[in-house]
Amino acid sequence: MSVSSKLDRRAAVAALLTDRKDTLVVSGLGSPTYDLHATGDRDDNFYLWGAMGGAALIGLGLAQAQPGKRVLALTGDGEQLMGFGGIATIGVARPRNLDIVVIDNQHFGETGMQASHTGRGVDLTAIAAACGFAATGTMRTLEEVQRLAAQIAAPADGPRLFVIKVLAENPPRSLPSRDAVFIKNRFRAHLGFAAA
Amino acid sequence: MHSPQPNPDARADDWPSELYRILKAADVRQMSYVPDAGHSQLIRLFSADRDVTTNVLTTEEEGIAIAAGAWLGGQRSVLLMQSSGVGNCINMLSLSAIGRFPLLMLVTMRGEWAEFNPWQVPMSRATQPSLEAIGLKVMRAETAEDLVETVESAATLAYDSDQQIAVLIGQRLIGKKKW
Repeated sequence: MSVSSKLDRRAAVAALLTDRKDTLVVSGLGSPTYDLHATGDRDDNFYLWGAMGGAALIGLGLAQAQPGKRVLALTGDGEQLMGFGGIATIGVARPRNLDIVVIDNQHFGETGMQASHTGRGVDLTAIAAACGFAATGTMRTLEEVQRLAAQIAAPADGPRLFVIKVLAENPPRSLPSRDAVFIKNRFRAHLGFAAA
Repeated sequence: MHSPQPNPDARADDWPSELYRILKAADVRQMSYVPDAGHSQLIRLFSADRDVTTNVLTTEEEGIAIAAGAWLGGQRSVLLMQSSGVGNCINMLSLSAIGRFPLLMLVTMRGEWAEFNPWQVPMSRATQPSLEAIGLKVMRAETAEDLVETVESAATLAYDSDQQIAVLIGQRLIGKKKW
């Protein structure tokens, strides 16, 4: 069984993104989207309010289209478990500029806090390693997240997946726009593409 | 790599080469697919093309998300699948619908013409109504000539007019599966 964590999710995400520079970030629905927005609303954030299981794969399409930029998919354990096969697809695609960071509270926090598969022993880093990811790791303390943040901009040989174990709690929601067209056009304009 | 120019010597039944030419002319830079015999030639053509990134998927809805990410990053993407895979896509298609992300899916039909496997039949009936229920525009083609024209029109509608489109390729056009 997995060990529970004492790490606060907002503090962890803030530490992870404190010096993100021009990293493009896609966040999965639910708490990762609120966590990302709580670090500050930015044009290069793409927030999901649905499309469960899609965050890492949106990251893949984006990373393939923008090979010169680093792309980070910030997701939760529930969302990544739904996008389980996507780990294999990303492993085969082998983008060098895509990182998946799973904020893992080991519970389905949006829907009643039932223990998730990761809370019952499934290890997403082992899955990613078996799918050919270039690096994986599990962080349980703020110091470990800070070390990850310092390393994450470095070039990689392929996709990487990191799990940050956090406390199972729902901090106050920090809500970005729910207008997907606005978020999409703002993101594309940031990259220099005119709104269609 | 095949040329994106029209091939005057192309045989009438060589619609995959024509679709490849059209999609290249539309500047498609990413292609995702779930393996399918009807699409095998198009998959081969794209896979041999260094200017196009191809992704093999474990399930069709992954391709909907990849297409949205490609568009965020400034590239056009096309998604190939069978009608049985449409059922896997419905929730993920909310992303394309709510975000008005350009989407072009080419769907080979199963279960509607000279089908040997009855398990394919229910999804063949559900394909078009399910896609329309989630907000996609559905176009259909039954002949090679019609298909080429339809995909050309669908590519313009998708990429230039931000539409979400599935082109259904009739099973009669694929031909009877030989075992």
